[in-house]
Amino acid sequence: MSETITIKPFSRFSGLEPLVVRPETNFVNVGERTNVTGSKKFARLIKENKYEEALSVARQQVESGAQIIDVNMDDALLEGVQAMTTFLNLLQSEPDIAKIPVMIDSSKFEIIEAGLKCVQGKCIVNSISMKEGVEKFIQQATICKMYGAAVVVMAFDEVGQADTKKRKVEICHRAYKILTEQVGYDPQDIIFDPNIFAVATGLEEHNNYGVDFIEATREIKQLMPLTKISGGVSNLSFSFRGNEHVREAMHSVFLYYTIQAGMDMGIVNAGQLVVYDEIEPALRQLCEDVILNRNNDNNQATEKLIAFAETVKAKGKVEVKDEAWRSNSVEERLKHALVNGITDYIDADTEEARVKYPRPLDVIEGPLMAGMNVVGDLFGAGKMFLPQVVKSARVMKKSVAVLTPFIEAEKEERKQAHLAAGTVNTEAAGAAKILLATVKGDVHDIGKNIVGVVLGCNGYDIVDMGVMVPTDKILDAAQKENADIIGLSGLITPSLDEMVHVAHEMKRRGMKQPLLIGGATTSRMHTAVKIAPQYEHGVVHVLDASRSVTVAGSLLSKEQKDGFLSEVKGEYQKLKEDFENKKTVKQLLPIAAAQQNKVAINWQGYQPAAPTFTGAKQFANYALAAIRKYIDWHPFFISWELHGKFPAILTDKVVGVEATKLYNDANALLDKLIAENWLTAQGTIGFWPANSNGKDTVSLLHEKAGPDEVVHLEFLRQQLKKAAGQPNFSLADFIAPVEAAVQDYIGAFSVTIKGIEEPIKRFEAAHDDYNKIMLQALADRLAEAFAELLHERTRKEFWGYAKDETLSNDALIKEEYSGIRPAPGYPACPDHTEKYKLFDLLGGEAATGIMLTESLAMYPAASVCGWYFSHPQSQYFGVGKIQKDQVANYAARKKMPVETIEKWLRPVLDYDA
Amino acid sequence: MSMKKIQDCLKERILIIDGAMGTMIQRHKLEEEDYRGTRFKDWKSDIKGNNDLLSLTQPDIIEGIHKLYLEAGADIIETNTFNAQRVSMADYHMEDLAFEINVAAAKVARKAADFYTAKDPSKPRFVAGALGPMNKTLSLSPDVNNPGFRGLSFDEAMMAYYEQVKGLVEGGVHLLLVETIFDTLNAKAAIFAIKKYFQDAQQPELPIMISGTITDASGRTLSGQTLEAFYISVMHANPLSVGLNCALGAKEMRPHIEELSQIASCYVSAYPNAGLPNAMGEYDEEPSDTGHFLEEWAKEGYVNIVGGCCGTTPDHIKHIAEHVKTVQPRVIPILETVLA
Repeated sequence: MSETITIKPFSRFSGLEPLVVRPETNFVNVGERTNVTGSKKFARLIKENKYEEALSVARQQVESGAQIIDVNMDDALLEGVQAMTTFLNLLQSEPDIAKIPVMIDSSKFEIIEAGLKCVQGKCIVNSISMKEGVEKFIQQATICKMYGAAVVVMAFDEVGQADTKKRKVEICHRAYKILTEQVGYDPQDIIFDPNIFAVATGLEEHNNYGVDFIEATREIKQLMPLTKISGGVSNLSFSFRGNEHVREAMHSVFLYYTIQAGMDMGIVNAGQLVVYDEIEPALRQLCEDVILNRNNDNNQATEKLIAFAETVKAKGKVEVKDEAWRSNSVEERLKHALVNGITDYIDADTEEARVKYPRPLDVIEGPLMAGMNVVGDLFGAGKMFLPQVVKSARVMKKSVAVLTPFIEAEKEERKQAHLAAGTVNTEAAGAAKILLATVKGDVHDIGKNIVGVVLGCNGYDIVDMGVMVPTDKILDAAQKENADIIGLSGLITPSLDEMVHVAHEMKRRGMKQPLLIGGATTSRMHTAVKIAPQYEHGVVHVLDASRSVTVAGSLLSKEQKDGFLSEVKGEYQKLKEDFENKKTVKQLLPIAAAQQNKVAINWQGYQPAAPTFTGAKQFANYALAAIRKYIDWHPFFISWELHGKFPAILTDKVVGVEATKLYNDANALLDKLIAENWLTAQGTIGFWPANSNGKDTVSLLHEKAGPDEVVHLEFLRQQLKKAAGQPNFSLADFIAPVEAAVQDYIGAFSVTIKGIEEPIKRFEAAHDDYNKIMLQALADRLAEAFAELLHERTRKEFWGYAKDETLSNDALIKEEYSGIRPAPGYPACPDHTEKYKLFDLLGGEAATGIMLTESLAMYPAASVCGWYFSHPQSQYFGVGKIQKDQVANYAARKKMPVETIEKWLRPVLDYDA
Repeated sequence: MSMKKIQDCLKERILIIDGAMGTMIQRHKLEEEDYRGTRFKDWKSDIKGNNDLLSLTQPDIIEGIHKLYLEAGADIIETNTFNAQRVSMADYHMEDLAFEINVAAAKVARKAADFYTAKDPSKPRFVAGALGPMNKTLSLSPDVNNPGFRGLSFDEAMMAYYEQVKGLVEGGVHLLLVETIFDTLNAKAAIFAIKKYFQDAQQPELPIMISGTITDASGRTLSGQTLEAFYISVMHANPLSVGLNCALGAKEMRPHIEELSQIASCYVSAYPNAGLPNAMGEYDEEPSDTGHFLEEWAKEGYVNIVGGCCGTTPDHIKHIAEHVKTVQPRVIPILETVLA
């Protein structure tokens, strides 16, 4: 065990970095130029809403050595709370400024509190006082303490501002007792401002103000040694406004004495302090007389200093700033600006580079990319951190903005040349499009957002689909938007599987875009082993946002793409091989054991209801007006990205107006399409006597080809090891087994909405995307509604196992009914190929009006099909991952090669096939 | 019979905080329908992954996990409320359930802890109400073109935490734990909420534990603060302990815990992940390895409270508890009141 540590009662403040005021710290400079009352330039910038430039005022303070930055927005013409909030939020994204603590300076407490809400570090509030009584003082101090801020307490009470040494000390001591004894402040978190007033004003009663401050400081520090003393130094020289030379000398002399007396910090123009020893002796002598009120009978010292002041012309001083990098080559300057996040010269530097390089694009691909690569390397090595990277991205964006018009002009030029020459312009218009999404089941998107902004800054067109996005939605959008790259993000481990699924689906859809993988749990290894093998057109794991830029660049460059991808592929292949030498096993049950743990249904004493008919029955041209009543509007609004319950969404505060408008438009279109018979609804249902084999096969009698023809429906069973008491579900469990000796039934249905093509063409011709999408969305909704309607009629009439059911539309949507209607290809029965049997049973394309594509998608798209199960215990579930033993068993049952089954079931396979 | 106070226990020995909740929940291989239970059977959105909801829908599973950790030797167990405030719950449209989830989570943890305290009153078990970092940050803009923009306001965060604190306290927690802090401003909103809650309720404050997360190789929080800056920014909570958890495994965390042990004027806690997740998203640091790491820290006098975060299991906690059992806890530094 180590020896006991002692902790000193130093004052401690923080920005991104700590500031500990130790005895040897000497004097803490508080930058004063970010103050609208003290800096005309800053005030003008804020009033003109030029916050970015205003930030450079702050940066200049830090570069000049300010250790704390004072921010003040007290101006009658400013909305103080808003200005403080905006400026501090912006300041937080500038790591080289935000590294130092912030002093939030206002005479209005509401502005102070607004500021405290923006800063993560330990701030200093400047100031509170007993001006409006003790009660308010305690109240404000308590709030400051809850935000963890230190406080500057002005020597000000109900009577007024303290001017003499005696009053200064008395008020400070009284405030000290209240803060430490009643509010619970640590003494080291209290900073007194005993009021620095102007001297040499010509009024004799002002002459001793310097001395009063110095002596009060000395006594306060003796009385309350852990507290700190601060003050606004420039007040002292107020009467010499315009004469910076004299003012700076006065400040230096004043500080020389006050620091000796115990002053710890002061609000100063950090860039403009002369060294005491370097003040010309005559001036220094005059300043000392004025400040220490020596040789000053009848204002003699004051007048001497005024006389002296008139002899010196205010000399404009050059700002001290590290600008050495400005003399480097333009490439180096761009790199410096990117790495340091400096936008001040980026426009000019970019222009210079543009002129230097043959094509504007070369600037991006050359020096800018080189700079971003450095940023990526530094970030990867822990030498830069996120806020800085984001800043670099902003510099990049600004630079790209300068180049964009030239790139566009160049494109246009070439286009004209092509036109003139009669050659076809093959160049794609617009920026490359990158689609980003956090995969289904995952709600984390901070990382993805960062990647989005960084890529956005690099001139890419970003389509951000948000979080919890299902594969189909991602890929539909990617195809619809014609994305050039798809990026997936995820933070939780289950997202890894989802990404594999996306890659797999991309292959199934025959997509060609490269796929980027990122997010906290993703890894190069997982990408190499699990995701990359699913998809051959490029899967790349991207370490972080800054890397995404170079990766995207390589993938979108015709010259680099192939080489880059084959390099990545080779690398991943190697990783995969390494991995497979040490593979672990997952917790899945053997299929036989899973079948043992089936859903326990007591068939004794259960009499399945017999349907009113067996075989298939068609509903051609079903009345759309009847179907319409069954529409579930919730998914309709979701398809328009409006989220909320229906009908509450229509009156929602935020989206209500939009939602109502959409709803009205939808209904108007529905009215029209029904009245004008644009669409037709066609449905088919059927029922057959059926029993299960007690495992995963349901056999039914198909009367059509003779009374003895038996059709075997094959189902899949969950194999994941379940918690005790939880069954391994299979849909076959819901059909009575042969040995139960009860006659059970199974049903099937399909519905479709036909005729959408013609009106879609009309809308397309009219460039009316709104109504086109509306019509597609409504067709989908009508198909779903029709399925709901037929299911209800099935329960109540055709099968009639729930004759007395009375459910509202809302209850239908919530699936409160008895029995289920799962669809082949969906989680409970993930094998799409069973659709062949379903459609055969229903009478094929002729009867159903639905064609199956080779990937077993239904056409028209607005179609729904499924099985009907009537047992009250039947429920929806997902089969989840299955093992090779079940696949082999299933393939044998279906009399299909294992490889074919594996192809269709790849998303649910627990192994690589 | 009144339980021994945690402050007294901390003077005597190193206390053990439990391990990962998520890792243990994953073992149950819960599916969407398990998350839903009967009550949320018809919930409008997917809720699989909403682990905090399980305190309502699968309380037995949560209680079982708590008991495994208590059996392994944990003195402090965390409520299953990492995301249980309305800002994060909005992902599942479950904002309005936040309060109820916290009450339920606190109760189920108390039930488990009280059972073990009753079994052996000489080893009292404490329930720490866990306040996680939220899914939105107060210090970073989600929009690079508008760095001044914030996706969440301080007041929204503060009120969400306030509601969570109210639920946890009403559910009976002994302590409050602000953890996995990656944006200190969010933590400050949580601290503000805690202070405000006890002021409003006119109750004595419960002890507060603070635990940050160092996420990147530069040794800073995600919001860019150095460890000491972070520590300075949260000390106004007047916490029982301050420490680090999550992101990096024990090996990477060591220098930061060492630094914290030098500067913290309160107790120091450390509950790292079971190493870094491997390429497959699994944690494979062996329980005995984690135990060895923490034992070494204990012997160096760095820590007062140890345990595990992501990827750790009751087995890890058992090993940790055994390894530090006989080691003296870190002594709280002497706070000088004069500047020498």
